[in-house]
Amino acid sequence: MSTDPAARAATTPSPPAPYVRIERLTKRFGDFVAVRQVSLEIARGEIFCLLGGSGCGKTTLLRMLAGFETPTEGSIYIDGVDVTGVPPYERPVNMMFQSYALFPHMTVEQNVAFGLRQDGTPRAEIETRVEEMLSLVKLDGYAKRKPHQLSGGQRQRVALARALVKRPKLLLLDEPLGALDKKLREHTQFELVGLQERLGVTFVIVTHDQEEAMTLASRIGVMRAGEILQVGSPTDIYEYPNSRFVADFIGSVNLVEGKLVEDEPDHVRIDCPQLGGTVYVDHGVSSPPDAQLSVAIRPEKLQLARERPEQPDNVLAGTVTGIAYLGDATRYLVRLSTGFVLRVTMPNVYRREEQFEQGQPVWVHWHASAAVVVMR
Amino acid sequence: MNAATERLAVRLRGLGAARSQFGRACVILVPYLWLAVFFLVPFLIVLKIAFANIQLSMPPVEPVVTWTADKVLQLRLHFSNFSFVFGDDLYIAAFLNSLKVAGISTVLALLLGYPMAYGIARAPGAWRNVLFLLVVLPFFTSFLLRVYAWLGLLGRSGPINDLLLALGIVHEPLQLLQTDFAVYLGMVYSYLPFMVLPLYSAIEKLDLTLLEAAADLGCRPTKAFFTITLPLTKEGIFAGCLLVFIPAVGEYVIPALLGGPDTLMIGRVVWDEFFGNRDWPVASALAIVLLAILTGFVLLLQRVQSREEEA
Repeated sequence: MSTDPAARAATTPSPPAPYVRIERLTKRFGDFVAVRQVSLEIARGEIFCLLGGSGCGKTTLLRMLAGFETPTEGSIYIDGVDVTGVPPYERPVNMMFQSYALFPHMTVEQNVAFGLRQDGTPRAEIETRVEEMLSLVKLDGYAKRKPHQLSGGQRQRVALARALVKRPKLLLLDEPLGALDKKLREHTQFELVGLQERLGVTFVIVTHDQEEAMTLASRIGVMRAGEILQVGSPTDIYEYPNSRFVADFIGSVNLVEGKLVEDEPDHVRIDCPQLGGTVYVDHGVSSPPDAQLSVAIRPEKLQLARERPEQPDNVLAGTVTGIAYLGDATRYLVRLSTGFVLRVTMPNVYRREEQFEQGQPVWVHWHASAAVVVMR
Repeated sequence: MNAATERLAVRLRGLGAARSQFGRACVILVPYLWLAVFFLVPFLIVLKIAFANIQLSMPPVEPVVTWTADKVLQLRLHFSNFSFVFGDDLYIAAFLNSLKVAGISTVLALLLGYPMAYGIARAPGAWRNVLFLLVVLPFFTSFLLRVYAWLGLLGRSGPINDLLLALGIVHEPLQLLQTDFAVYLGMVYSYLPFMVLPLYSAIEKLDLTLLEAAADLGCRPTKAFFTITLPLTKEGIFAGCLLVFIPAVGEYVIPALLGGPDTLMIGRVVWDEFFGNRDWPVASALAIVLLAILTGFVLLLQRVQSREEEA
């Protein structure tokens, strides 16, 4: 494996150069625009995740990378080579299909060897590489089985082995964990990341599951209606969403509308009628005064208290109207005097921690860094 | 009380199970009865006649089982019919020629039917139903009429010869009727739907992402057809070939109407023995041998198929 250039690249980290470059890519199906003017750069060895709801164009984008769809406009470069018009069977790209698409009339071994055989690899080399790959995905001993004799998790690993055995420059994964049950998913997520780190192959993953995206990806691109709204690390996307949609799509959030009333480089103050007060944020924003803004606050960044906390800003009075005990945390719904309901998540750090009760008057408060101002 | 009701429930469930089993048996019984009355009994009668001796009467065969005057139940089997069938080159030639004609017709129907079925299965939704209907449409007319129609089309002054003459491709009308060509044409034309239908259902079921996966792994479309599509539609190919081959071997009407006097096929020989010679025993013996040959073919194919599934 050490002779593999991709594997070497992983052990000696090089400065991230754009390995996959997507330039103003558009795909139209008749009148429908599935992908609109998408430009994107992905570095070598990255796990890039395209995240979005159904019909957002993420799968079309992936299929254009694989070569199954021809872009209406724009181009795709892989490792500096323009592959826009190259048919799928000549691209240095392999894909793991959502349905796995294993050949039902071939054994596990034949499935994995299929790609190598197309290239006319010598038989002895095929054998060793298939064997190597099967042991990498922990399927040694299953070589002679047919796909229908395997469990869902095993099939997923055969599909992965088949896609990886050709040592592609780019591996595309369409909802790789979608067909697995919850426990197996969690386990497989970490295995997948471990495998990627070992082989150094660049991954592009498509998923609608934000948890899957957060655990797998080094960077996430959030898509909606054919466009990429935000690209960033999972932390960036979660902590600094650039739009209402991203804030709302990833995780749970309290979104309130407001108007800028104090605009300083180091802090802003936003008047939010829904909250019946102002929100103090400890970072500046670049927006015209009087612009309509939204303030996003994650439920876990809000805190509840029985007594009014000693801080001048970001304190609101309310009543507990809903409680959901989840074990690791408790979710509260707190109704403010304006009628607006805030979602608050409190971690259960101590056993037998005193829980707040239904109908109890409480104070909601948060740190100046908790809120994020989004323009769109 | 509780235990008692439980026991009752178990008993009732048992009764229900027994009743549903009886119901299931009844459902199966009806088709089996049908098969027994309309297939097995006629077959046994033919089998009986094949072992009988010819006699001038109606029916023109001696009874196989007789009750003699001295109260003996007598079973007389004449094997001479079979030795006669195997002893005569004419019959052997007829069998071989039938297998040849049916085999070539099946291959031609497959070569023509596969692209047709593929085209229909891959056609856009609305078109698919129209094309499918077109394949089934000939069944709306009598088979015999359709074969007669070919008589008109292929005749010396039929539209095909007229067209060829008008285009100057030939200078005098071609002899199309009473040729092997006409027989093959009639066979392929008549049995093509039986090839297309099972092929269509097999191709239509094929998961297209498998072809994408093959392309993704570096397989060109032509090669993907032979390594993925063809093996995965094998069952349709087997079914279609059997549905064409079996009736084609025993076909009587097409060779009789379109074939020449030298088109020797077993269906025609059986007809001649039965109605021309009034030799029912030899005709029955021929039919039994034909049945044995075809059963052998089917069993062989099934063996091959099941062995491949195991592998």
